[in-house]
Order: sequence, then C-alpha cells, then structure tokens
Amino acid sequence: MIEIRDLSLTIHGTPILRDVDLSIASGQVVGLVGESGSGKSLTALALMDLLPHGSKAGGQILIDDTPLPTQAAEGHDRAMCKIRGNRISMIFQEPMTALNPVKTIGEQVAETLILHGAATRKDALRIASEKLTRVGLSPDRFPLDRYPHELSGGQRQRVCIAQAIALHPDLLIADEPTTALDVTTQAQILDLLRELVAEEEMGLLLITHDLAVVAGMADQVAVMKAGEIVEQGPTEGLFRTMSHPYTRQLLSASEHQPDRVDRAQDIPLLEVRKAIRDYPLPRTRLFEPRPQFRAVNGVSFHLNKGESLGLVGESGCGKSTLTRAILGLEPLQGGDTRLNGKTVGPDMDPARRSGMQVVFQDPYASFNPRWTVERIVSEPYHLTGRPENWRDHVADALSDVGLTEEAMHRYPHEFSGGQRQRIAIARALILEPELIVLDEAVSALDVSVRAQILDLLADLQRRKGLGFLFISHDLSVVRNITDRVLVMRAGEIVEEGPTETVFANPTHPYTKSLIDAAPVIPPDWKENPYGTALV
Amino acid sequence: MFRYLALRALSLGLSLVVASWVIFAMIELVPGDPASFMLGLNAEPDTVAALREELGLSGSAPTRYLNWVSGMVTGDFGRSYTYRVEVSELVWERMQVSLPLALFALILSTTIAIPVGMLAASRRGGIADYGIMGATQLGIAVPNFWFAMLLVLIFSIQLRWFSAGGFPGWDQGFWPGVKALTLPAVALALPQASILSRVMRSSLLEVLHQDYIRTARAKGLSMGQATRRHALRNALIPVLTILGLQFSFLLAGAIIIENVFFLPGLGRLIFQAITQRDLIVVESVVMLLVFAVILVTFLVDLAYALVDPRLRRRP
Repeated sequence: MIEIRDLSLTIHGTPILRDVDLSIASGQVVGLVGESGSGKSLTALALMDLLPHGSKAGGQILIDDTPLPTQAAEGHDRAMCKIRGNRISMIFQEPMTALNPVKTIGEQVAETLILHGAATRKDALRIASEKLTRVGLSPDRFPLDRYPHELSGGQRQRVCIAQAIALHPDLLIADEPTTALDVTTQAQILDLLRELVAEEEMGLLLITHDLAVVAGMADQVAVMKAGEIVEQGPTEGLFRTMSHPYTRQLLSASEHQPDRVDRAQDIPLLEVRKAIRDYPLPRTRLFEPRPQFRAVNGVSFHLNKGESLGLVGESGCGKSTLTRAILGLEPLQGGDTRLNGKTVGPDMDPARRSGMQVVFQDPYASFNPRWTVERIVSEPYHLTGRPENWRDHVADALSDVGLTEEAMHRYPHEFSGGQRQRIAIARALILEPELIVLDEAVSALDVSVRAQILDLLADLQRRKGLGFLFISHDLSVVRNITDRVLVMRAGEIVEEGPTETVFANPTHPYTKSLIDAAPVIPPDWKENPYGTALV
Repeated sequence: MFRYLALRALSLGLSLVVASWVIFAMIELVPGDPASFMLGLNAEPDTVAALREELGLSGSAPTRYLNWVSGMVTGDFGRSYTYRVEVSELVWERMQVSLPLALFALILSTTIAIPVGMLAASRRGGIADYGIMGATQLGIAVPNFWFAMLLVLIFSIQLRWFSAGGFPGWDQGFWPGVKALTLPAVALALPQASILSRVMRSSLLEVLHQDYIRTARAKGLSMGQATRRHALRNALIPVLTILGLQFSFLLAGAIIIENVFFLPGLGRLIFQAITQRDLIVVESVVMLLVFAVILVTFLVDLAYALVDPRLRRRP
C-alpha cells in the first residue's frame, strides 16, 4: 500500500503540484490521466525522489505506513537508492532510449538484483533469464547477451519491465509506457502489465493521456489538471458520472468528431499506380550489387479532389516511405504517381511541387528556430517566386489558421505546440495547394488541442475544397476525419474502402487485429442515468 | 566484427598507397637539388651527376618510386647523405626517444583528463567546474613551449629535481630515461589534457541527460554509480576520437619541445633534414609518420568497436 499525502512541489519557486493525495493498494491499478504539463510525470518523479534540479517537494509518501525520507532529511538520497528499483520501480515512455546501448539486456536486468544485494552475479543472471522469460523474451530467442539495439521498441519495453519487477516491488510506476508503441504492441504490453499486477501483487500507477487505455486497465482513476487532482474514484463510476467538467472535457475532446461536409468530387487529384520503392541494404559481398529492401511494394490508390483519405499502418509498414515518394522527394523504382495527371518525382518543376504541401508530426522540429513566423510561412514562395503583396498573403494564411497578424514577427519558441502546428498548416496553405499531406500531424498534440486542430482542418477543407492525405497510426483520429481509408502492412495496401465500412466491418484479418487492439471506453459507460449524452 | 575489421584494414592499406604517391610527388616538386646543394655552388656538372647517381636520384620517376617503395617494404629506407648512415638506423635511434615520449605524454594527459572531466561534469555549475574550466582554458591558450620553460625554471633550476635537457639513452637504465622524459612529457601533456578534459566533460554531460541514466537511477543506482557504470563508457566515444588525433600530433609535432629539452627525437631529425635538403630522410620519415597515424586511426576504430556494440555485427 502506497500513500501520497498532501504532495506539493515547486520548481525554482514556481508551484507545480498542489495537495496531491493518492493511494495505490497492492494488486491494484491506479490510472493517472491528464494533459501534458498537468504534473502527472512530476508526481511520479516525486514518488521516486528523482525530481529535476531546483525542485522543492512537500507532503508525505508512505509505503505500508512507513514514511519515505523527505528531501530535507540527512542522507535521503542514499536511503532512497535502497528503495528505488527495490520497493518502487518505474518504466518510461521511450523504450528506444531507456536502455544503455553498450550493455547487454541480461547485464541490465541482473544489475537491479546485484545492486540491492539480492543475488550474486551468477544467480542474478539466472534470475534475469527467468524474468525475461516471464515478460516474453525467452532466452532461446533472446539470449542474455543481446544488446538493446538488436530488439524492437516493444521488446525493449519488455526488458525495462523485467528489470523493474525483478525484485517484486510494492509499486510499479509506468509513465506513458505504450505511447511510443504501435497499437498491437501496446495491447500486448498492457496485457503483460495487467497479468504482472495480479501475479506479483504489486500496485501499478499507470500514467497516461489516453482515457481509453485507463478505462481498460485501471481499478481507480485520478484526473489531474494544472498540478491538482480534480477528480478520483473507481474507474467505472468515474466514467459513468464524470462529475468534474474537466473530465468531461477530456473525454469529449478525445472522441471529438469535427463537423465535416463532404466536398469530394469525382475527379482524381492524386493517382498512385503500382508504386515500388526499394532501399539499398549494406553490401554483403564486395563486388556484388547491394541487396535491396522493398519498402513499398506495388501500391495503387487515388485521392479525389476535396477528399480526405486516411492511410493507417504500424511503424515500419512503409507509410513514411510512400509519403516521401508521393511528395516527390525520392524516386520510385517502379510505377508512378501523378498529381492532376502530371508525373511527380524528385526532378519535377517547382510550380508542380507547389500543388501539394506537407505538415509533419513535430511542428517544432520542422521549423528553423532562428526564423520569424513571417519567414517560415513565406518559405514555400521559393518554389514560385514571391508576389509583391506577399506579406498580405502570410497574414491571410495566418488568419485562416486562427492566428493574428501580430504573430508574424515572433519566433517559433514563443508559441505552444498547438499554435506551432497552426503555423505549419499556414505554411502549407500559403501557395494554395490542392493537396495537403498530413503526416501524423496531430499525433504529438494533447487531446483538447488535437480536437481544435481537427476542427480547423475540417473547416479549411470545407472552405477551400482541399484534398487531405491523412497518415496516422491513430485509428480513432483517422476514423473521425477521413472519407476513405487505406490500411497498409509490410509495404502493401491490404484493405481499402469507405472509412465507416472498413471500421465497422473490416474484411482483412490485419485490419481486424488493428481495430481489436485499439483500446476503447465501453460504450455503456458513456450513458448516464438520465439518458442524455454528457458529451 | 570481422567484416568491420576487414573493411578498416582495407581502407588503411589504400590510405597508405595514396599517401606514398602524395609524398613522392611533393618531394619531386620541391625546388633544390640535393646533390648540387651538397657540393656547393661551384661544383662541376659531372661531379653533381655522379653524386646524383650515387644517391639514387637519377632515373625516371616511376622507377625511383618503385625502388623507394620496395626498399621501404623490405626495411631499406636508403641512406642519409648528411648523416652518412642508413635512414632506418637513424629513425630507429630517434624513435627510441619520440615514441616513449609520445606514449608518456598520452598516458599523462588521459590519466589527468578523464577524472578531471568527470569531476567537472558531476559538479556542473559548481566551484570545481568553474575552476576546471578556467584552468583548461589557460592550458589550451598557453603554448606548450612556455610550459616547458616554466617547468625547467621550477624543477630544474630552482628545485634541481630534473635535468634541464638532454637524453642519457636507454642503455643507462629505465629510470634515468623516464626521468629525462618527464618534464617534456608534462609540457606536452598539459595542453592536450586541457582539450581532452573539456571533451570529456561535455560528452559526459550529454550522456548524463540520456534516458538510460534516468532508468539507472530508477533502479536504485546513486548518481556516482550511474555515472561510472552507465555514462562513462558511452561518453568515451568522442574522447577516443580526440585521443587518436592527439597521438599523431605528439609523435611528430613535438619539434619545439624536443628543441627546448635538447632531445634527439624524430621532430628534430625531420626539421634538420628539411633545412639540409636531406630529402631521402624527409621522404622516409614522413612516410613512417603517415603509417603511424593511419595505424593509430585503425586502433581507434578498433577501440570504437570494443566500446560500442552497435558497431559489431553478429555473424
């Protein structure tokens, strides 16, 4: 039993957390939900006493009624070192970077055991092997001397779990453990965590932004907003009543369906015919041709004017490669793509390139931080030449995306994530293209911001008759914003059809597995006793 | 692993071949004929020609190139016409000073730099960090010969612990030799250690921000344990690169220090050979240095693979 009482936190004097009370019983899953910046992760780090520099924490944390050493106590870090990894352990969001690249997985799992004096080196390796087997990495397929780079993201997260549970902790903290993973991998990892909670009789504090994940996993839910827990209680009851407006707001934003008008015409805008894209692999023999990896294998589809087409698939399925080929950034090894009947490729003329623009996932990484918004938004003009009144066009594009002219002279870091994505959309709009490729364009945004951006996109489509190619791993978003959907797997389109039909009656087993793996909130939880929808 | 090594070895061989072309071409293009230089301005053309024949300077360029290369492969580096001895003998003698000196300086600079860099990184923003950053700044800015003079002033003239210069030769025993090389090695090592500890510091700081350090802390490692067990090896990769560059410099670039301490090393040999147009010596010593540099690069590549498993491939 872990109890947090009156936890407060300031960082360099700024209050971050206030009066956080939370208790996690053994064998129980407590979900902590909230948007980014709400203080979920810092609550976890406060439990671990791994807060950033300049933090001052107040309040009490008790394990089985014994208080943990407070920050002010003499030698508290040494005392906490005995608790971390032993009684409280933690796994993180990004499994790709969470493991030391120069140590084997066996060594890293065994380290927990040796460090806390639970086993000798030899025993520790044996126990590590058992733990890795338990999390699904049996030594016949994944020997202990494997290095992290030889494993996939999901497998690495399993290694992290193995090292976190090696000493039967009282509490496991999982901070967005599946956010970076594909939907089918996510389902497997969540299943594993659920089993381990029961087997090990440990508590699990599951931190996530995804209400659907919490609905399927947690016994108790706490909703956090701006450093405070605004509502908590048993999961089903909380979902059924939703007594706090913020909780309702989160739910409605996460399921937000933008108001769309079907503007699709029966004129093809983008046509992709039997597209093949090969990548050369490292040479195996000196004087033989390099082996090729076929990332896109004979893909054909079309996108009509004003239509919104979704492209879904898991990481590595070839959707990003296909996107680059569609944008004419890389050559195809077979087939062709046409925009308005004209061939697209790396050597097409700039004017044709201006007919389609792209918005990427991370708006910050796709801007030069030393450029003003004015310069960022007007950059595509290098394709067509800058008209006299280009500043007016920039202002128009900014107002189209809901920003004011005043933004023109500011720099990207002065904007929030959602505003930056608006700037990226303005940059895509400036040349008045017919097609906008949205490559995971809303995946990095919080649910409420995501809902606003989806509304904006729907609005732009209605007003300008734009065609959208919407690439995402997030099925619910694709379902809400597209007319038709393509499901891609291992370089091929395995299913295609009107979005609602595909989601309601998937025909390909892969599509079925994708839809089944996506976490959902049970529909009857969303009905309240008064018979009116809350959202 | 084998593939990685084989590729590295291949590129090593190719670099050597290209380097030999460049060196040979440079020597061909350098103005001044060694034979007429040796015989003075009033020499008879016949005498000059005879001397050229004797020195192996006549014949077409490709033949001379082939003679030079095949000679070197069999260990025959030609004969110095100023020293009137075999170049190989000369180089061997000088190597006995230069190689230990370079190694000594390298060991000193690494043993200073790695802990100092770690200390600065772990005390980031603290007094120790500021002190180290200031000292290393000074170490980089001040030329090594100035350090050399300072060391002589303190340890030879004032304290009389070391002699101010010269080298007794290894036949006088191991320790007298080491003693004679100590001051020059310190003078060489100080600027190098300054650079290296800064590289170590920044590399370690970067690594300490990585997610896997947080994971290590979450397992219950203290900051010190996490640094030693998880950060250090990852932080060494850029340090190795600099170390390789520094060794090459130490081997050949110690001319000034060798002069300050009157050490008969390779640097002085090549300097004198250039001033006296002893082109055979220049040619051979430069080629040897190129070989040493390429070899060090190869060793650094090897060390990368040892440190970073991502460079090794499973068969």
